[in-house]
Amino acid sequence: MAYSFPEEVLEHVFSFLSSDRDRNAVSLVCKSWYDIERWCRRRVFVGNCYAVSPEIVIRRFPELRAVEMKGKPHFADFNLVPEGWGACAYPWIAAMAEAYPFLEEIRLKRMVVTDESLELISKSYKNFKVLVLTSCEGFTTDGLASIAANCRHLRELDLRESEVEDLSGHWLSHFPDSCTSLVSLNMSCLGSEVSFSALERLVARSPNLRTLRLNRAVPLERLANLIRRAPQLVELACKQLKALSGFWDVVPSYLPAMYSVCSGITSLNLSYAAIPSSDLVKLISQCQNLQRLWVLDYIEDSGLEALAASCKDLQELRVFPSDPFGAEPNVSLTEQGLVSVSEGCPKLESVLYFCRQMSNAALIAIAKNRPNFIRFRLCIIDPQAPDYLTLEPLDAGFGAIVENCKELRRLSMTGLLTDRVFKYIGSHAKKLEMLSIAFAGDSDLGLHHVLSGCDSLRKLEIRDCPFGDKALLANAAKLETMRSLWMSSCSVSFGACKLLAQKMPRLNVEVIDERGPPDSRPEDCSVERVYVYRTVASRRRLDMPDFVWTLDEDSSLRYS
Amino acid sequence: MEKGGGGLETELRLGLPGGEVDMKNEKKRVFEGCEDRAAVCKNQVVGWPPVAVFRRKNSFNEGKMYVKVSMDGAPFLRKVDLTMHKGYSDLVRALEDLFGCFGIGEALKEDEENYEFVPIYEDKDGDWMLLGDVPWEMFAESCKRLRVMKKVEANGVGLHAKDLLKGLSKED
Repeated sequence: MAYSFPEEVLEHVFSFLSSDRDRNAVSLVCKSWYDIERWCRRRVFVGNCYAVSPEIVIRRFPELRAVEMKGKPHFADFNLVPEGWGACAYPWIAAMAEAYPFLEEIRLKRMVVTDESLELISKSYKNFKVLVLTSCEGFTTDGLASIAANCRHLRELDLRESEVEDLSGHWLSHFPDSCTSLVSLNMSCLGSEVSFSALERLVARSPNLRTLRLNRAVPLERLANLIRRAPQLVELACKQLKALSGFWDVVPSYLPAMYSVCSGITSLNLSYAAIPSSDLVKLISQCQNLQRLWVLDYIEDSGLEALAASCKDLQELRVFPSDPFGAEPNVSLTEQGLVSVSEGCPKLESVLYFCRQMSNAALIAIAKNRPNFIRFRLCIIDPQAPDYLTLEPLDAGFGAIVENCKELRRLSMTGLLTDRVFKYIGSHAKKLEMLSIAFAGDSDLGLHHVLSGCDSLRKLEIRDCPFGDKALLANAAKLETMRSLWMSSCSVSFGACKLLAQKMPRLNVEVIDERGPPDSRPEDCSVERVYVYRTVASRRRLDMPDFVWTLDEDSSLRYS
Repeated sequence: MEKGGGGLETELRLGLPGGEVDMKNEKKRVFEGCEDRAAVCKNQVVGWPPVAVFRRKNSFNEGKMYVKVSMDGAPFLRKVDLTMHKGYSDLVRALEDLFGCFGIGEALKEDEENYEFVPIYEDKDGDWMLLGDVPWEMFAESCKRLRVMKKVEANGVGLHAKDLLKGLSKED
C-alpha cells in the first residue's frame, strides 16, 4: 500500500492553496484528503445563498475564518426582482454565530441584513476584523453603532452601495478611542451628517488607514486636513467634491500635499461627483499610478483622451451616465472616448461604459487595440440602437470583441443585435463566465448558441429577448453546470418551467410572477420572470414570498 | 445532452411534445415598432438604462423633482424639490419660507373663508388644480409647476377658490 504523508504535512501543503478551485480539486482526490482539507479550509465563497444551506456548510467546514456570500441576482440592482424576494442573511448569521466563534470576516452582497444580524455579529466573534456589505439593505445606523462599539479589532468596514436607514450620525463616535486598527472605511452610502471631528479623530489614530470613502460635501480645509493625517491613503472617494473645482487655482499651498497623495492613489471613485471635465483632467493627470477610475460622463471624450495620455497603468475604467433619462445627450461623450482609452492604456482590462452612440468600426478598433480585455460592459442608452454610421446591427462589433479578447470573462451588450452575434459568442467566447443580454436576438437560436457554445458560462441574465422554451429545454443539462440563469420579459412558458424542473431535480426553477398563480393561466402563457439555479439545499426554500412558485419533489406546484 | 454542431438550424430538436418547430419562423421580437421604443425612451420600461437603483438615488440630481413656483406679484420664480417634502403642510411651510409670507395653506382648510392666497398647480394634462385634493404621492407625480395666486378682493363677498379657478386659462 502506498505510504501517505502525516496529516500535519498535508495540512501544511494545503495551506499554500488559496484558490477555491484548487482546494475543491484537492478534496476530490480521496477521502482522507477530503477530510484533511475540510478541517483546514478557512475561507468559503458561496455564490448563491440558496445553492446550499448553512447546515451543510458548517458540517463540512467546521473551522472557517472568512465567509463571503451573494444573495439576490444581479438584475435586482435594476428593480427587476420584486421587493421581498428573499436573500435574508439572518439564518446564516445565526447559524455561524453558533458554529464559528473564531470567525473574522463576513462579506455579503445583495442580501437583506437587519440590525439584529449586525448586533449578533458584533457580539459573537471575539476577533472580528472585516465586515463588507455590498448593495445590501435592511439595516440602520443603530446596527452600525453595535459593530463600532463591540468589534475591538475591526480592520475593515465597508458599506458600499448599501441602503442604510440613517437614524443618526453618532454611530461613528461609538468606535472606542482604543480602536486603532482600521485599514479601510467606506461609508459613502450614508446620507446624514457624520461628526466630522469624530471622523478626523478616527483617521488620526488609524495609522493603517489606506482606504477612505466619504459621503458628503467635504469642506476644503477639512479635506486637506484629513489627507494630511493619512498620508498612506491609496484610495480616496468623495461624493460631492465641491471643494475640488477651483481647488487648484485657489489654494496652491495645499498643492504639495495633494500632489504627494495623488501619486500614491491607485483607485479613484468620482462617479457621484459633478465635476467638470477640465477639473477632472487636472486631478487625474496628477494620479499617474491610477489603476482604477470610476467617473461620470462629464469627463467627455476630451477628458478620456487626457486620461489615456497620463495614466498608463489604468486597468479598470467605468463611465456612468450623468443624465441617463434625458432624451438628448448632455455631454460630449461618444464612442471615441473609449477608443482613445483602449489605444492609450495598454493594461486596460475592465470596462463599463455608458454612451449614446456606437459603431461596429469603433468596436472592432477597440477589440484590436485591447485583446487583453477581461470584462467588457457596454451600455448604449437607446437599447436597440444600431451602428449610428451604417445603421446595421452591432453584431460585427461585438463579434470582434469576443474573437479578439480570448480571455474575456464578462460581457454585457446593448444595441441592435441579431442571432448572429450569439453565434459569434458561442463560437469564440470560450472563457466567458457571465453574459448580460437585453432587447437582443431574433429567436431561440440565439439562446441556443450561447448555452451550447460557451463552455465556461456560469451566469446568464436576459431581459426582454424573444427567447423561449425550446432553447431552454434543449440545453437543460447545461444549466446544472452554471450558477444561475435569469430570464425576465422573455417568452418562457409556465409549461416549460414545469418540464425543466421535472427533468432536472437539482435545479431550482423559480417562477417569479406578480400576476397571481401561474396555473390560473394557460400553460403556454409566458411567465414574467424565471430564475433557475443549481442547489444542493432543498428546492423549496422556506422564505419564499407569495409571488414565487417552485416545483416540489412530487412535481406539484408549491407556493408559500 | 443535445449538442449543437454544424447545421444548427436543422439539427435542433426540442423537448416539448407535439411536432417540429420551424426555428426560422420564430421571429418574436419583443420590440415591434416605434411604439415600444418610444416607451423605452420615455423611461416607461422598468430598469432601463441599467443604472443601479442605489446609484440613481444618490446621484447629484437624480431622484429629485424640482418644479417652478410662481407667486402673484413676485418679480421672479423659485423652485422647490417635491421629493424633499412629505406632504402638503410641509410643502406649504416651505413655500411660505420661500416667499416670506404666511397663510398659503388657509384656502385648503374646510370652510375657511378668510384667506389671502390660493395655492394651485398645473398637472400633466395641463389643467390647473387646487392643491390638496388628491393623495400627496399622486400630486407629486403629476405636478409640473406651482402657483400661489392672490385672492381677488370682491365687494364684501369672499370668493371661493373654485370660482377663481374657472377664470384661469391654460397658458399662464
